[in-house]
Amino acid sequence: MICKIEFCFQIYLPLNLKFIESMKVLVCISKTPDTTAKISFKNDGKDFQSDGVQYIMNPYDEWFALVRGLELTEAQGGTVTVLNVGPADNDTIIRKALAIGANGAVRINKEPEGAWDVAHQIAAFARTQAYDLILLGKETIDYNDSEVGATLAELLDLPFISYANKLDVNGAEAVVNREIEGGTEIMQGQLPLVISCAQGMAEQRIPNMKGIMTAKSKPLNVIDPVAVDSPVTIVRHELPPAKKSVTLIAPEDTDELVRLLHEEAKVI
Amino acid sequence: MSVIIFAESVEGQVKKSAFEAVTYGRKVADALGVACKAITLGKAENASELGVYGAQEVYNAGDAAFDQFDSQVFATAIADAFNQLGGKILVLSHSSMGKSLAGRLSVRLNAGCASGASELPDISNGFIVGKSVYSGKASAFYNINTENKIVSLMGNAIKPEKTGSPVEVKPLAIVAGVPRIKVVERKTISGTVPLPEAALVVSAGRGMKDPSNWGMIEELAGELGASTACSRPVSDTGWRPHHEHVGQTGLAIRPNLYIAIGISGAIQHLAGVNNSRVIVVINKDPEAPFFKAADYGIVGDLFEVVPRLIESVRKFKAGH
Repeated sequence: MICKIEFCFQIYLPLNLKFIESMKVLVCISKTPDTTAKISFKNDGKDFQSDGVQYIMNPYDEWFALVRGLELTEAQGGTVTVLNVGPADNDTIIRKALAIGANGAVRINKEPEGAWDVAHQIAAFARTQAYDLILLGKETIDYNDSEVGATLAELLDLPFISYANKLDVNGAEAVVNREIEGGTEIMQGQLPLVISCAQGMAEQRIPNMKGIMTAKSKPLNVIDPVAVDSPVTIVRHELPPAKKSVTLIAPEDTDELVRLLHEEAKVI
Repeated sequence: MSVIIFAESVEGQVKKSAFEAVTYGRKVADALGVACKAITLGKAENASELGVYGAQEVYNAGDAAFDQFDSQVFATAIADAFNQLGGKILVLSHSSMGKSLAGRLSVRLNAGCASGASELPDISNGFIVGKSVYSGKASAFYNINTENKIVSLMGNAIKPEKTGSPVEVKPLAIVAGVPRIKVVERKTISGTVPLPEAALVVSAGRGMKDPSNWGMIEELAGELGASTACSRPVSDTGWRPHHEHVGQTGLAIRPNLYIAIGISGAIQHLAGVNNSRVIVVINKDPEAPFFKAADYGIVGDLFEVVPRLIESVRKFKAGH
């Protein structure tokens, strides 16, 4: 028996190594209010009114970063770890990421205080690991800062590519298409890389029953945060002034619309 | 002490968003009583024009290596220039380039960052900058507590203002580092203003029924000097290219005028456009949710309304 196993290793292991890169991928996920959530604030606008709000995994993290990370490791071998900075409530979205297919998860146990904090927490953890790829969404749908990726890359002294809509990995080399104003840039770099992901990268995956069942037994490690002083504080929020109801114009009277756009709205 | 503006250039020309950033930077500098200096990296033939929009001094580091974008190389150079020029506040554009830089620079300069700012700072008690959050459904006001500060300015948040005259461009003694990312190719769609920068946008949705009907959308956009956009189902089915898709998962834009034709206005679509200054909705369904977010609306058959609107725009242009 022992001989046989050794024989197998001798024959197959080198072949496997040749064809499969065992990539270590970290996907950073955030929790955000659902896209359709009603947005309001409490404590004189200081805090978000979360009562009755449904929370989801930030769609860009889920649909684009996580799914592309899974596709790459499924095709080429490797593991995807998801990481979230947040309190125990966030385990719901973390389990969903595991159900979609991530191999394991880490939660840094603290209520995140903005992009600077989140990037520093992730960096403190990622420094202790050797990830080949760190993927995250292009921004979160709540604060839309689009800041964590670049901050994280700087802290780890890694190259960063933002708004990627295509990512292929060949051995240690990545080819990335990224959105720029009015076009696309095709970039090439050596792993490890930090990449923020936009539409086009992958398609949303719905977890299946097997995924949901196995997610329960996958490792979710909770670790302590590091001390970080945030350089920015949110002093208040405001809701936009109630929109004046629409001015309707008769379908025959497009001249009037043009006049209003010129004289009243002053946009043409 | 000064306000430093990183003025982006593309294909050798300073971008419109850079003129917005300089206009903004000058207002901040005036409020604080400090100098306003702009820097450009790589080829920027019209850099002296930054003076027209308020820069008192303009600098360029002309190393050809800056003609390709690498966020580490750029961040190193900008941080270097910022320190050389006595910077306290850095203003850059919240663009594809700016978003790759702001976070890096916040670490290098140990500076708090207000990303996607849409308002001038309130400096009466701190340095408080307003920005749009929750995809345009609210604003948040960030107080930057650090001595050095970074503001990345949302496109179209401020109109470029011509307040000065061209200034001589001085060289910056900065050598580009070695990039770890290589730009293999750059594909841009020529002839139109990129959507995130467009002041006027004509957008259409499933109500168009067939991609062959897009001629009138392009015609209307052409008459107005607008860029074209579309809703998600339209780009998903391949009627229009993906780069035209505006909405939650596509581009978020904030033009002065957004004309939505045959788009019902699902919340995911609104998330990408509800920061537009003026919204016009043309839809045959009076119950379309988009009318609630619109400033002007026409309930009618777009196949009749749009050709008529094109004629009205032509008439208007002839008279002005």
